[in-house]
Amino acid sequence: MFTEEQIERYSRHIILKEVGGKGQQKLLDGKVMIIGAGGLGSPIALYLAAAGVGTIGIADADLVELSNLQRQIAHQTKDIGEPKVLSARAKMEAMNPDVRVNTYHAWINAGNIRDIIDEYDFVIDGTDNFAAKFLINDACVLAGKPYSHGGIRHFVGQTLTFIPGQSACYRCIFPTPPPKDAIPTCSQAGVLGVLPGVIGMLQATEALKYLLGMGELLAGRLLVYDALAMTFRTVQVRRNPHCPICGENPTITKLKDELEALNVCDLDKK
Amino acid sequence: MNLKVNGKPAAIDGKDTLNITKLLAELKVETPEYVTVELNGEVLERENFENTLLKDGDEVEFLYFMGGGS
Repeated sequence: MFTEEQIERYSRHIILKEVGGKGQQKLLDGKVMIIGAGGLGSPIALYLAAAGVGTIGIADADLVELSNLQRQIAHQTKDIGEPKVLSARAKMEAMNPDVRVNTYHAWINAGNIRDIIDEYDFVIDGTDNFAAKFLINDACVLAGKPYSHGGIRHFVGQTLTFIPGQSACYRCIFPTPPPKDAIPTCSQAGVLGVLPGVIGMLQATEALKYLLGMGELLAGRLLVYDALAMTFRTVQVRRNPHCPICGENPTITKLKDELEALNVCDLDKK
Repeated sequence: MNLKVNGKPAAIDGKDTLNITKLLAELKVETPEYVTVELNGEVLERENFENTLLKDGDEVEFLYFMGGGS
């Protein structure tokens, strides 16, 4: 049962006939894991907290740096030097005390990711390196867990939702990570500050739709957003029978870290 | 030859000789060794880039790695 405060707080959800009290209860009962508390993770964490997703996990080993603040809106100048997960949790709890925030002040790896995602209904990739992106994909495919992929670079971003057993996974499109430093990521590539906000909010939208069980998820479609052309395109992506993890003859049957895909700037953080 | 590349019409020379490798070069695709190519909705195996000839009306999508997020 909702309290009076909850009825008021969530009134704009509750008056949507497609959501209603039942839908809001689904959100309050929902559990979403956000991996990465940076550019993508910030708007995801804030909007999911505002929407009343009852349990939100957030994982990141980084500390807030001044150069993050151009885009990582969960963090403020006073937070520099603080763990990002604690900085983000403080904003989420201040926004909505209904939300339980679980923090994981760690880098994900093949040894811990299964435990980190286990209790959640939906996982969101807000990471900044290929090793983590492939690991999240593999862990979600093997655990049969739906997740949202997000990636950004310069002025372009893309996102895809994976539904186990139904839609293409990240490796269906990109079977193996690019070699170390072949493709600029994190600190090597610049990014327009608003770009992770756009992609992160699309990912948060997918999480809400998944919990509510409504609408058409971005499954089997890769959405590519180009901020300069101001275009959104969706490209159909089918399940790939040659996919190394979800194809007909998978070669990946247990989790491993893609060490070759670690960038120098990731190694610096370890 | 008239193709559709990333949703836009593209007229490219090379009837009966244009393969994926040549198309990547012709269009000056950035980091061609890491781009994923979809032809008419199917992801192509990299080893088939050379022997896949394009024909009029084919729809090609180039999909790029994006590793950022923070």
